[in-house]
This record gives sequence, C-alpha cells and structure tokens, in this order.
Amino acid sequence: MSILTLFIIIPVLTIIGILFSKHHMQVKWTAMVGMSLQLICAIALIFLYLAERRAGNIAEVLFVQNNLWYESLNIHFYLGVDGISVAMIGLTSLVVFAGIFASWDIVDLPKEFFTSLILLATGVFGFFISLDLFTMFLFYELAVIPMYLLIGIWGSGPRHYSAMKLTLMLMGGSAFILLGLLGIYFNSAPSGGPLTFDLIKISKEHLPLATQNFLFPFLFVGFGVLGALFPFHTWSPDGHASAPTAVSMLHAGVLMKLGGYGCYRVAVFLLPEGAHHWGWVFLILTTISVIYGAFGAVWQKDLKYINAYSSVSHCGLVLFAILMFNQTAINGAIMQMISHGIMTALFFALIGMIYGRTHTRYINEMGGLMKVMPFLAVAYVIAGLASLGLPGFSGFVAEMTIFVGSFQHPDTFHRVATVIACSSIVVTAVYVLRVVGMLLLGKIRNPEFETLSDAKWYDKMSVVALISGITIIGVAPLWLSDMITGGLGPIVQKLLAAAPAIIH
Amino acid sequence: MLIMRHELLLVAITVILLIIEIFLPDDRKKDVILPALLLMAGVTIAGFFPGTTGELFGGMYRNTQLTILLKNILNVGVLIIFIQSVDWLKKEENKEKISEFYLLLLATLIGMNYMISAGDFLMFYLGLELATIPIAALAAWERYKEKSAEAGVKLIFTSALSSGILLYGLSMIYGTTGTLYFVDVAPLITGSPLQILAFIFFFAGMAFKISLVPFHLWTADVYEGAPVNVTSYLSVISKAAAVFIFTIILYTVFAKIAALWSEVLYVITILTITLGNLFALRQQNLKRFLAFSSIAQAGFILLGIIGQSQIGMTTVIYFALVYIFSNLGAFGVVGIVSNRTGKENIDDYDGFYRTNPNLSLVMMLALFSLAGIPPLAGFFGKFFLFTAAAKQGYYILVLIALVNTIISLYYYLLVIKAMLLNTSDQPIAWFRSDNYTRLGLLMCVAGMVVIGFVSAIYEMVLNLSFGLF
Repeated sequence: MSILTLFIIIPVLTIIGILFSKHHMQVKWTAMVGMSLQLICAIALIFLYLAERRAGNIAEVLFVQNNLWYESLNIHFYLGVDGISVAMIGLTSLVVFAGIFASWDIVDLPKEFFTSLILLATGVFGFFISLDLFTMFLFYELAVIPMYLLIGIWGSGPRHYSAMKLTLMLMGGSAFILLGLLGIYFNSAPSGGPLTFDLIKISKEHLPLATQNFLFPFLFVGFGVLGALFPFHTWSPDGHASAPTAVSMLHAGVLMKLGGYGCYRVAVFLLPEGAHHWGWVFLILTTISVIYGAFGAVWQKDLKYINAYSSVSHCGLVLFAILMFNQTAINGAIMQMISHGIMTALFFALIGMIYGRTHTRYINEMGGLMKVMPFLAVAYVIAGLASLGLPGFSGFVAEMTIFVGSFQHPDTFHRVATVIACSSIVVTAVYVLRVVGMLLLGKIRNPEFETLSDAKWYDKMSVVALISGITIIGVAPLWLSDMITGGLGPIVQKLLAAAPAIIH
Repeated sequence: MLIMRHELLLVAITVILLIIEIFLPDDRKKDVILPALLLMAGVTIAGFFPGTTGELFGGMYRNTQLTILLKNILNVGVLIIFIQSVDWLKKEENKEKISEFYLLLLATLIGMNYMISAGDFLMFYLGLELATIPIAALAAWERYKEKSAEAGVKLIFTSALSSGILLYGLSMIYGTTGTLYFVDVAPLITGSPLQILAFIFFFAGMAFKISLVPFHLWTADVYEGAPVNVTSYLSVISKAAAVFIFTIILYTVFAKIAALWSEVLYVITILTITLGNLFALRQQNLKRFLAFSSIAQAGFILLGIIGQSQIGMTTVIYFALVYIFSNLGAFGVVGIVSNRTGKENIDDYDGFYRTNPNLSLVMMLALFSLAGIPPLAGFFGKFFLFTAAAKQGYYILVLIALVNTIISLYYYLLVIKAMLLNTSDQPIAWFRSDNYTRLGLLMCVAGMVVIGFVSAIYEMVLNLSFGLF
C-alpha cells in the first residue's frame, strides 16, 4: 500500500469519527486532528517525493498503487503522483486545515457541516491522486455534490438559489466531461489491445485526429466550468458570496483548481492535437475571463463578490497559460493555481472573520478597521499585496512566469492576447488597493465598530498557516518550480510532437 | 422438478399462507405477517443455492443461470417490499386484508418468474397476464376511495388494451413464421412488412407495461391512487421484470432486425427520458413525483438495451438491481411517512431533517443514488448504461441522456432542499419507525452503498449474461 492511500483513508476515518462524536466540540476536534494528520502526510509526501527525485528516480509517476477494480471494463483503482499532483495535494491539505479553523464557530448542525466539508476534501484529494479516468471522474463528482448542502444549509444571502445554480452548472460540466471520457475510453487503444481508462497508458497512444477534435471542446468546457471559464463562470460569484467561510475558501482555493488541473491533465494532455485545433477559441474566452473578472471586481461593493470576481480573473489566467502550450507558461499556470489557492483562501478566511464581527460585507459601510482589529487588517494587507503580485509573495512568481512564458509565443495573436491579459494586473492593483483603503484605513465610520475584538486563537491558526504558505513559495519558489517542471516533461513532449511548427 | 425451483417454492408458500389464513381466527389475522416474511426470506435464500438449468414442456419453459439471477433479484426486491409494508398492513383498516396482499403479490411474482423463463410466446403471455391482473386488485386496495378505485380500473383497462395489442402482434408473428417458440421464430424473422407490423405491436404492448413515453399516460394516476407499497411494487419489481423479458426477447427473437429496433428505441429513449423528467419537475405529490422519475429511469434503461449484446444485457440487469434498492429506499420513506402522518407532498417535507434525521438521510441517499451521484450504486449503474450506449457509437444519445441527468438532479435536489434546507412552522413531527421499516431501509442503504464497490457483482452479471447468446 502506498502512502497515497492514506489521503483517502484518513478523511474517511475522520468522517466516521465525526459521525460517532457526541458533543460539538468533539466533532471539531476530531475534524481538526484528522486534517492535521492529513497536512502532516502531505508535507511528508512532498519531502519523500523530493528525496525520490534526488535519488534519481525518473519514473513518470511515483508511489504507484494499482489495483484492478472492474475487470471487464479495465477499470483500475490507480493512484500515483507526479510533481504537479504533489503540489496540488500540498495546497489542498493546507487549505482544508485552515478551513477547519475558520469554521470553528459553526453552531448549527456541526456534525453535518464537518462531514460534508471533509467529504468534499476526500473528493478533491482523490481527484488529484487518481490516474484512472473512471476514479478521477468519481472523485470529481464526489467533490461537487456536498457543496449543495454546504452552501444551502450554512450559507448566507440567496443561498438556496446560489447552491442550486452552482450544483447544476458544475454537474452540467461533469456531464460534458463524462461524454469526453467515454469518447477517450472507446478510442484508447487505436493500435489494438484492451480499452483502458489508464491515463498514463492513453497518453502514450496517439488518438485519431477526428476524435481529438470532437472530444476536446467537451472536456475543456466541462472542466472549464469549474475553472470559471467565460461564459460558464456565473455560478462562481453567487456561489462564493453565499457560501460559509470555510466553503468559500475550499471552493475558490481548491475546487476551482480541479477545473484547471483537469483541463491540463485530461483535456490538453490526452488530446494535444485537439487542443491545438481549438486552442484559439478558448484562448479568446480565457482572455475575456481574465479581463472581465478583473473589471467585475472593481465594480463590486460586497467583499465576497470582489474576491469571487478576482478569482474568476486569476483562474482565467490559469486556463490562459495552459493554452499557451509551452513549458514556462504551463509551469506558471500550476504555480498560479497553488499561489491563488492559498491567497484566495486567505482572503475568504479574512472576509469571513471580518463579516463575523461587523455583520456587513459592504466596503462603503466599513472603514478604519486597522485600529480595532490590527491582526486581521495586517493579514488582509498581506493577502492583497500577494494578490496584486508583489515580489516576495507567491503571486509575483506565478504571474511573472505565466506572462514570460506566454510572450515567448512568436505569433501576433498569442502576443496580443498576452498583452491584454497582462493589463489585468493593473486592474487588480486598483481593486485591491481600493478595498484596503476603504476597509482598513481612514476613520471608523460606524461607532459600533469601536468595540470589535481582534482575531481569536483559531482565527490566528488559520491565517498564520495560509500566510506562511504564500511566503514560503514567494521567498523560495525554486523547489516548487523544479518539482512542477519535473512533472511537465511528458505533456510538453506531447505538445511539441503535436504541433512543432507553432511552438518553435 | 428442480428446474422450476423458484416458481414451485413460490407456489408452495402461497398455498401455505392460504392455509394459515383459513385457520386464523378473525381477531388474529395479523399473525400471518411473521410467517409470510420468514417464508419469503427462506425462498429468497433458497434461490441463491446453485440450481439446475434446463428446459421443460418441450422448450416452453427454460431455466438458465441468467433467469435464475433475474428471479433472485426480483425475490430480493419483493422481500424488501414485504418487510417495508408491515407497518402499513398493521393499520386497523387493513386487518381484514393482510393475507390478500401477500397472496396477490406472490401470484404476480409467480407470473413474472414464468414470464422471465418463457421459451415461447404463449408462456410469455400467460406469465405476463398473471403478473398484471392481480396488481389491479392491489391498486384498488382502498376500494372506497375514489383515487384508489380509479387506479385499479385504469390499470386493468390499460393492461387489457396493451395485452390486446401485444396479442395481435404475437398472432402476426405466428402467422408469418408458423411457430411461437423463441428459438424457432428467431431465424425466420426477415423483416418483412407484416413482421415489422407485428414487432411494432409487440413493442407497443411492452412499452405500456414498462410505461415508456408515449405509452405512459396511465402511470402517474395509478401510482398516485395505489397504496405506497403497491406503487413501489409496480414501479420497481413489475417494471424490472418487464424490462428483463423485453430485453431478452429483443436480443434473442428480434436479433436479426436489431438495426430496426435500435432506431425505434433511439427515439423512444429520448422521448421517455425527456418527457419523464419534464413532468417530474412539476409534481407536488411525492408518489406522482417518483412515478415520473421512474418513467425517466426506465428511459435510461433503454440506453443499455440499445447497447446490444452482452454488455447491454449486463448493464440493464445491473442498473435494474441498483434501481430496485434505490427506489425502494425512497418509497420506503415515503410509505412510512404517509402511514404515520398522511402527508405525501413535497412541501410537507420542509424541515424533515431536523425532526427525523435518519429517515431523511435514507431518503437523501436514495435520491442521490437515483440521480447517479458517487459513491452510491446509482452512479455505477448509470455510468455502465452510458458505456453500453457509447460503445455502439450513440454519443449524441448519451449527451442527451447526460443533460437529462442534470434535469433529474434538479428535481431530486428539490426534495432534498425541502428536507434539509427549508424550514417549516409545522414540520412532520418526530415519530419512531418500527423495526421492520428500519430493517427494510437498512437493506436498501446497504445495497446502495455496497453494490458499486463490489465489482464482483458486475462481473457475475456479465458472465451470466453470456449464456443468453
């Protein structure tokens, strides 16, 4: 049994533990212990992975566990990781860990809340470590459905509407994905032999061109819905705004990354020629996502909406970079996923904490919070600076890599798109600094805010964990960058083979 | 003798129950319940022992490993229904009729068994009639209630009509081939105009029984009027049995005109899934709601049939198995709530989770399983159906079906929303469900959770389906 199995077993055991807990504090501690263990495992996995690579192990995926599940359909329970999945697992466990602390003050049905939250996490972990398309899809759907309950029961605002919209749109995306996966499955052995869902094996095959062109839009749009691809992003602002704090964190931080990861790992990796064929269409859409999200954020007054739109913009950048089909840009895309994941989780955690105290999320009703809650305010400034790409934080490294990589593209179309997408950085600065100014600086506008308290211990745990994440990546990005580059080899080779003329 | 083991055992327990009924004094009629459950459990278990296969009556009756499996699946479903209906049968107004319920139900089950084992159209037709007519009596259970009486009459009329159409089709098949034995008819099917007409009549007759659109119009009224346990029997067991024999006949007798019926099925599938879903969207009464959802589910089963060959048969059986557990779970909850409180509307379930967490949890799992959400069995069932259809290259059909799963998810979520998200001033008060109901629901939950993970079940069905060809 490989270490990866632990990432499924620990959450399942935690859920069982929660179901047998009596008191609500017991529920929270069980969840906390389980997810701390998960975080420790993730850190251990990162070190183990780096050690293996340093020892000269050049296998495409490590820590493989491969059990036959459905023999006749050749479905396997196949786990394995490369550098990219390891990075995503690290991100997920960090955000889930912080999310548990951020929801420490849940009082309504805590047992159900933490069960759903950890069920969602199970789906995400499973998705990142699966190498079999069937189990990957299974975990994907498993991650989406608890969202309905989490937003619908514990959310705020028009939560019933948002929850339904989010669930249906994401499940609609998964319907597209399923069609794409079936198409891949039935074409997975063009040179004869048994059909397979095995991702690695399929990636070695050359799927027929017509099939690739037919299936790519389904898979890219299917995963793109979750990655907030314009015009399928509309669930995201509503969903994030209505969700409770931990769920916004997990959703923007991790779940949206499932979309980017799926686009990269399934759509582009398995259908490189389809990707080249359709790339330009989706590049236009993602550029719109980037710009539209940024301007949307400027226009909003509700803190959560601001961040939701900013997530649309940043996640758009991930898809944008993936569609550049070169190593540097895709490297940047993965970095951006990690960086944005931690950063946006931090944002949503802080917003949740501020809202819990002020009971409003409208920036024009607040002001001067720096004086009453210095800890949260400073953390917010840090998150903001990371978001607009200040050197020293993870955002800078990621966006820098993306734009450098994208601009390497020689043809005009890609360069123009890059320049347009690049301008979103300026808009980002506008909305981040505007929020910081109105929210934290200046006079306290509402006298009731004078008596508000600063962060509690559990708030601090959550915030500190996330800030250390972005700082570590910002200050020492090389190990992460190397880890990701190591994983990019196969896909870049495939893309080169698919269309050498375009890339060079 | 052992070849007909399932049928003979069922006949035996029917007779035993009849005798018990005769000797029970009027005030102790309820005592028939326990023996009925035990006998049915015994028969179900006995069915799983390896049995002999073979033919009887010159091939009119044939028993293969596949038919044994199908009969076992039906037995398990009926056992769950027996367990779930105890609470309802114990009600004061039912005490006169308890054994009637068992006798009529068992009679139809025997009919279904003969129908599945049929080796020629005559046996098939006899089984079909035996499986249909007693249900009409059951549907009209509360005969002084207008809706229940209407359900009975509607069911008997529509099944008489559909049987007529079916018989007409069969007579034409006899006219063109000169035989009624499946094995003899199959090579003589050439696709001549008269045979196509015969096929269409046969198809229409079966479509009535499985309630495919546009032959579904009786379904909702009958399901609403009949008692919940009878509705669950109708929508699960009798539908599954009809689907089984329908698939077998399509695959064996009409194999030569597969291209023809694939086209018909293609259209009917789209119609059934889509219209079933669209009607389900607007329902307020949970029984009607489940009725339309089961129409849509039948449409999904057609995806498997259209997949043809071994994989098609396998996915149909597998999905039916999953569907039995999921739908009986949902009906079990609706049944107990309807018994205890008389409430059957979706609005009545507002805030149900806060008062009855366990029941609503079962309901939620059942609905998620019906919607095809992992890791519940429904996900695997649907996935394999899609695989079967995609294997034949019907990608557009699969896409339409997939879009429909999203619509179905929407209305299943509406019920879940009522139970978990909505609040109500007068929620359904807490009540203690009896142990039988709990056992029944537990079996359903176990089925929904376990079946998907145990790949051996799928492989077993696959191996047995091979025997068909």
